[in-house]
Parts: sequence; C-alpha cells; structure tokens
Amino acid sequence: MTFLRVNQLKVHYPVRGGFFRKVIGHVKAVDGISFELKKGETYGLVGESGCGKTTTGRTIIGLVKATAGEILFDGKDLTKLSRREFVQYRKDIQMIFQDPYSSLNPRKRVLDIVAEPLRNFEKLSPQEEKRKVQGLIEKVGLHSDSVYKYPHEFSGGQRQRIGIARALTLNPKLIIADEPVSALDVSVQAQVLNFMKDIQKEFQLTYLFISHDLGIIRHMCDRIGIMYRGQFVEEGTKDEIFHDPKHIYTKRLLASIPNADPLRRQEQQKLRQQIEKDYEQLYSRYFDAEGRVYPLKRISETHSVAIP
Amino acid sequence: MVKFILRRIMMMIPQLFVLSVLIFLLAKAMPGDALTGQLANNPKMDAQTLAEMREKLGLNDPLYVQYTRWIKNLLHGDLGLSYVHQQPVTDLLAGRMWNTILLSLCILVLTYAIAVPLGVISGRWQDSWADKLIVGYSYVSFATPLFIFALIMLFLFGFKLGWFPTGGSVDIQLEEGTFDYYISKLNHLLLPSLSGALISTVGIIQYLRSEIIDTKVKDFVRTARAKGVPEAKIYSRHILRNSFLPIAAFLGYEITGLIGGSVFLESIFSYPGIGQLFLQSIMQRDYSVVTALVMISGLATLIGTLLSDIILSVVDPRIRID
Amino acid sequence: MKRSVLQIESLRVSFRIQDEYYAAVDDVSLTVHENEVLAIVGESGCGKSALALSIIGLHPPERTKLEGAVVFKGKNLLTQSVQALNQIRGKDIGMIFQDPLTALNPLMTVGKQIEESMDYHTTLSTAEKRNRTLELLEHVGIPNPSQTYDRYPHELSGGMRQRIVIAIAITCNPALLIADEPTTALDVTIQAQIIRLLKNLQQQLNTGILLITHDLGVVAEMADRVAVMYAGEIVELADVHTLFTRPLHPYTRSLLQSIPSLQTPKETLHVIQGIVPPLTKLPRTGCRFRSRISWIHESKHEPHPILREVEPNHWVRCTCYQHFYFPDGGEKA
Repeated sequence: MTFLRVNQLKVHYPVRGGFFRKVIGHVKAVDGISFELKKGETYGLVGESGCGKTTTGRTIIGLVKATAGEILFDGKDLTKLSRREFVQYRKDIQMIFQDPYSSLNPRKRVLDIVAEPLRNFEKLSPQEEKRKVQGLIEKVGLHSDSVYKYPHEFSGGQRQRIGIARALTLNPKLIIADEPVSALDVSVQAQVLNFMKDIQKEFQLTYLFISHDLGIIRHMCDRIGIMYRGQFVEEGTKDEIFHDPKHIYTKRLLASIPNADPLRRQEQQKLRQQIEKDYEQLYSRYFDAEGRVYPLKRISETHSVAIP
Repeated sequence: MVKFILRRIMMMIPQLFVLSVLIFLLAKAMPGDALTGQLANNPKMDAQTLAEMREKLGLNDPLYVQYTRWIKNLLHGDLGLSYVHQQPVTDLLAGRMWNTILLSLCILVLTYAIAVPLGVISGRWQDSWADKLIVGYSYVSFATPLFIFALIMLFLFGFKLGWFPTGGSVDIQLEEGTFDYYISKLNHLLLPSLSGALISTVGIIQYLRSEIIDTKVKDFVRTARAKGVPEAKIYSRHILRNSFLPIAAFLGYEITGLIGGSVFLESIFSYPGIGQLFLQSIMQRDYSVVTALVMISGLATLIGTLLSDIILSVVDPRIRID
Repeated sequence: MKRSVLQIESLRVSFRIQDEYYAAVDDVSLTVHENEVLAIVGESGCGKSALALSIIGLHPPERTKLEGAVVFKGKNLLTQSVQALNQIRGKDIGMIFQDPLTALNPLMTVGKQIEESMDYHTTLSTAEKRNRTLELLEHVGIPNPSQTYDRYPHELSGGMRQRIVIAIAITCNPALLIADEPTTALDVTIQAQIIRLLKNLQQQLNTGILLITHDLGVVAEMADRVAVMYAGEIVELADVHTLFTRPLHPYTRSLLQSIPSLQTPKETLHVIQGIVPPLTKLPRTGCRFRSRISWIHESKHEPHPILREVEPNHWVRCTCYQHFYFPDGGEKA
C-alpha cells in the first residue's frame, strides 16, 4: 500500500552573478527523483555528502520548498498546500535530527521539549500533558522524573531518545530520520537503532532513513535508494542492492565499506581496484556527457537502475 | 571587484535619495527658518522685508519644488548659502573639511597604534598581570564619556601644564607652506586626537583580545604546532592574521564613529572643523549648513561600509566579490 | 624483528578540572614499530586522543600533567623543552588530524602550509621547497599539483584537504605518523582512498603509524596491531587477526557485537549497559568495566587488574574475560 509518493521532485537553488545579480544557473540539489514508501516499511536514502539526501528529507517535511514535482501523502500533494493546510500534515510527519547536542534547546526542560508539538496542536491541561510526556519518556527508556531535567544532564544516546520522544508525541505516521546515529558512539548507536526498531513495531511507523553509513542502512532498511548528485542511481530491496548491485556507482560505494575481516584485506583491495578500473573504463556507459546519471529503468518488480 | 564596487555605488543612489528626502523634510519641520535667525541679529529687518525675502528665496513654494531645487543645486556642488556666515556653504566647508579629515585620520592611526599592541598582549598572555591591567584600562575608558575625558585632557595638558595649545588648528601668525606651519598644525592635532583615540581603543582591544583567545585553540593552530612552528611564528603567521580579520573589517565602520566623536572633540578643543561647525549651525538654526553636513556624513557612512567590505574581501580569501 | 620507533612507558595524562587533576590516560605502555600500524580503538572519552596529543606535547601545559615516559630516538619527549620538541614535531613525527577543514589555516595557500614545516626543519632554497611541495602533492594523489599549490583550503573538497593534511605530516619523511581519526569526517569512497594512501606511505617510507580511531572497520582495514582502550586503560592488545577472530576482553567483544556488520547481519545489535563514565567519575580501582557487565559476579574480577599476556602477543586486562558471556544469547559470529 503506497503511503507516501514522491514524484519527480526537484529542489533547485538559483546561482546569481553579473552586474544585476541575474540568475545565471542553478544548483540542482535534488533533480527529479521519484520513490514510494509503503506503510510500515523502512526506506533508506543513501549517498555521499552533497548528494541531496538530506534536502529530500527536509523538503518532505516542509523545511525546504520544492521547485517542482509532487509529494503525495494521503492523496494530498504537500507541495501545493498553503502554510496553514500543511500544518495539519505536519502532525503525521516528524523528524529526528542528526545531532542530539544541538537539536534540543538547552534552556528548556525535557517536559517542555517533548510537550512542544503537543502545545501547538492539542489543548491539554497541564496534568494531562505531564502524564502524556512522562508516558513517552518511559517508553523511550528514561525515568519519568527525567522530565524536570535539562538536556545537558543526559548522555548523547539519552538525548537522541528524548528527540525521538518529541517526534512521537503526536502519534506520527511517518518519521524522517536524518543520520540519527552519526554523532553517537557505536554502543550508543546500537541502543538507538534497536530502540527505533522496537517503536516501529509498536506504533506501526514508517521510516525514511537517511544515512551515509551502509552498514546501518543494511541493518535498518527494507528498501534502499542510492542517490548521486540529486538523482537516483539505483533502487531496490536490501538484498538486491547489497547482493546484486547493477550500477557501477553502487558497486563502488559498496566496495568502499571497510571489511570487518582483516584476513580479507587483500581480497577487498583487489575488488576495489577492479571496480575502480571498471569505473574509469565504463564511465560513459553509466554517466552522460555532463557526468549525470541516466533516468531510472526498471529491471525487475522491485529493482531499478539508472542505465540508458 | 570593479563590478562589485560599481554595483555598490549604484545601490547608494536610492539610499542617498531617501536620506536627502528625510533630511529635507526634517529641516523644514524645524521651527523657524534661516531668516528667523536673521531677525534677531539684524534690527533693520522688518516683517515686510522678511516676507519679500521669503518669496524671493522661494521659501513659499510647494515643498516638492523646493526639494527639487535643493537637490539640483546639491548635484551641482552648490550646497546653498549660509545665512549666518553670509557665504556659500561650500566655501565654508572647504577649509574645515580638511581639518576634520586630518583629525579623523590622526585619531584612526593613534587608535590602532595603541589598541593593536595592547589587544595582542592581552590576548596572547591572557590572565597575566599585563592582561589584567589592559582589561582594567579598557573598562575605565569604556565607562568614561568622551566629552568629559576630553575636557579633563584639555584642562590638564592644555591649561595646567601648558604642553599643548588649547584651541585652533594652527598658529595664525605662521605662513602656510613653511616647516613651522606644519609642526604647529601637528601640535594642535595631538591633544584632541589623543583624547579621541584613548577612548575609542576600547572596542578594538576587547575585540582583538577575544579573537586571539578564540583563535589560539583552533585546530589549524594545533596543526601548526604539530609542524614544529616556533611559538613566535605561530602568532605572527597563524593566530594574528586570523584574529585581525574582523578588526580590519571594523576600519570602515570606524569612520562613522569618528564623525560623531568629532562634534564633541572639535567643540571642546575649539578646533575649526565640520564637527564644531555642525554644533554651531544647529544652535544658530543655520539649516543649509546642517543639511549639507548631514548629507556629507551620510555619504561618509555609506563609503565606510563599502570600504569595510572591500577590505574584508582583500584580506580574506574565502570572501570573493564579483 | 622490526625496530621500535616509539616506546610509551607507564604514561599518565591528567587534566586539571577545578583544581583537581584527573587521569584521562592511566598507566599506558605501548610500542610502535617501524613499518607498522598500531591502532588505538575505543569510544569517545576512553582517552585515545588524549594519548595521541600528549606524545608531541600538544596539550595546554598549564592544565595538563604528564607522567611516565615517551621515548623516541633515545629521548624522553615528556621532559623536552618546547624548543627541543619543535625540532621533532613535523620532522621526525608527523600528525594527521580528524577534520581537514578546520585543521588548515583558512588564510594560507595549501602550498605555503606544506612548505612551512620545511622552513624550520630544512635548509632548502625557496625553489627547492616549492619543488618538494609539488612532489608531495603528487605523492598524496592531488591532480594538478602546480595549480593546487596556490589554492586555499576552502577551494578544495574534503578528501583533497585531508590529502593536504597528510602531505604536511609526511613532508620530512617522519619515522612516526600519528593519525587521529584520519577518515572520520570523510565519505566512504574517500575513506577507502585515504586508507590506501596511508598504507602505501607506511610501506614506502617505512613509517610507524599510530592510528587513533573509533571505527572498527578502519581498524580491520589498516591496522597490524590493535590496542583497545577503555576508561584510560588498555584492556586488550593483540595483532589485528587475533583481535577480530578471538577477542577476549568483554569490552572488545561487546564493541564488536554492537556494530551492524555487512558480513553477519543480525536482527538486534548488542547494547552495552550504562555509559562511559565522565573523567571526574572514573572508577580508579578494580576492573573499570565491571559496572557495565553487572551480570558478571564481583568475584570474577581481579581487585587490581593488570594487563596479562594470555597467549603469545595477546594481552588482556582482568580475569573477568574468562567468565564473560552475553546475557542476550551470546555472539552470533
């Protein structure tokens, strides 16, 4: 069942120059991408820095204005909605940010941080509000007394869970997680990832999971889209992407991941060199004259690749 | 770069236009006009002649006609006639303008000459006794109003000790062009510019100090240390250049502050510059002079900010203007 | 047998926090050999960066107390004057930093930044310095060295900047390179390139590399030997194959279980209980990891744990490893 459909989404930023500051070109942060999210799944958006994955997430939640294209959510095109209409949908879509140190207001208590979305949308008495926040805080594994503390009194992993509690207050249907564990240590990372999986089942959440870390993407996601310079290079299920990558860019990305087995070091190195050679030799088969990828072509029910 | 400067100058035109309208309207809204002042000074003037003169000078025309006439003359370099001094404002300003520019330059040079070494010492040897002394000085000078400080300086070094002249811009007996003439000019400048500088250093000292303290712990300074760069060179090649950036940008804005300061300084030291003239003209309701001076200071402010942007783009490779 | 380039002996690095000194690195002894990558791995707050910076004295002296010895070329670096250290820094010991954007001076061309260390360590002429810089730029894989020479850091990509930082570190063919999280700020494809570059440099220049990282993947790719640090101490030390195939200390095993692995996917990741204690609250006696494996009985820990060689060249701290198991069903390896 399609839950969110992104259709030919474009986000272009004008570049100005010359005497009269005329628009002389565009930075194509997102350049015509389409994908769908099914209810209850985790969709991974992967790519290197500057590929447009974060911009895509921010556009869906309305933090960035789309230049063209549609974002269909519940049958409504979010890009066409006015500010006021959009607010209704903001309840259903929440975001978890990368840095738990800067995304929580240091001068507010946990109670106020978590209750903030609640105050914007629902009129609750202070008692009801407190009860609800305490319930959420316990759900994310913190003590209910924590609501009177300030963010600096928590560790990175705990802060990220407070951020998640805030995202959960309005019973959202879709959560956009933008590098939610990149700033955390591995053991804390594990904690947050496990927890995100748990609440997904409990609240029937759909995730759009944005990350540059392919290990985490593989651990979390059902389907994956690989982005390069604002466009999709390949899209498929986890198995298709990791075991049967078709695009040279995907292959190169996968080969770059450090191999956790030191005995296979030589092997991995050979593989990388081979792919690097292919990348240079077959470049024109995968990229057009401007170095951009071709439109996606469906090669199976679930697998699409950008080849001519 | 040339394009950028040209564009900025083009942008000044609407800014100056708005300023000119504002000044014109404010001047008109003031009680009385240039001739009201004449009435008090000149007993022969009666209401009849006054009305005739008003008509003749076009003071009864609609506002927009008056404004157009004023702006047209302005563009031709005609700033109007000072009714108090009975001479064209342009002539009135010519000599004084140079005096003020000279004074401002002196203050500027002295300010930086005092503030930069103090700021560097303070930032590099943070929390040392020297730092504490400098911070103490900057607090005191921050708390002291310019006109009070200038008065004390004048009283102490001018009247009590007699080290410096107490008024004027040059000894009037001296002939222009002689060596003594320039020495006398400099001698007249020293006390007012020192008074101005000692007060205006505070911002730069504090700014530079905190910039250095911030820069000291930056990663690239650590990289320099890891390269084996001696401490003195760490400062001269890495920390100071980066810390001077905002100070350099400050330079242009400083000009605005100098114009404000010159009003007090020139009045207190009876220094014949435009600041002194400004105060006199306001008191004597010599509006053609006042409007001209406000226009000039507005222009100077705009040029100052432009200068700041240009300086910044020259010293910081990350800022490119095209 | 490889020659050793650096011996760290009972090093203790303490920082002053409100008039009290707290040891971030506590009694650490290590040896780095030539043509070897010794990795120090651990989570933030384990003391690995504090250790790296103390070797060439980059901590602010007014807040830091250094004890023990760091012996390099027969000299204890901890007792050298700053002037004497400056003769070694950038010449015999090069350092690579984590964030290549902030590690470079924004107002200096990259060519000049590389050349700078030659100003103090060599007697080369201006032209020779420039040639050497171009050579270095080429060596670290920069296309168009002569154009890049006049570029400013902000004009280069992250990967290129990190190559500049590496070029600075290897300017004088150092015997030892200290690399503090050299790939953490980079994309994976760039990371793979930088790892390759560092491995090549190690072999070509016969350099010993002390690699500081939190990323076990980077360790597996790069290291020859690994020291695992927890709460200021080394808890396990072994060659890289042993460490990944037969990890013994509970902390090492827990770390390996908590990363999502591409090779062996698992449904839930292992979570280490509790948090790394802050510096001021580190347990200073007994096994420092015991509070995070509370299901292991107190009696299984040593009262004063020491690093023991449990098999040739495999060192483990505390006896608790003999009794350790995962409460959630153990390792799926």
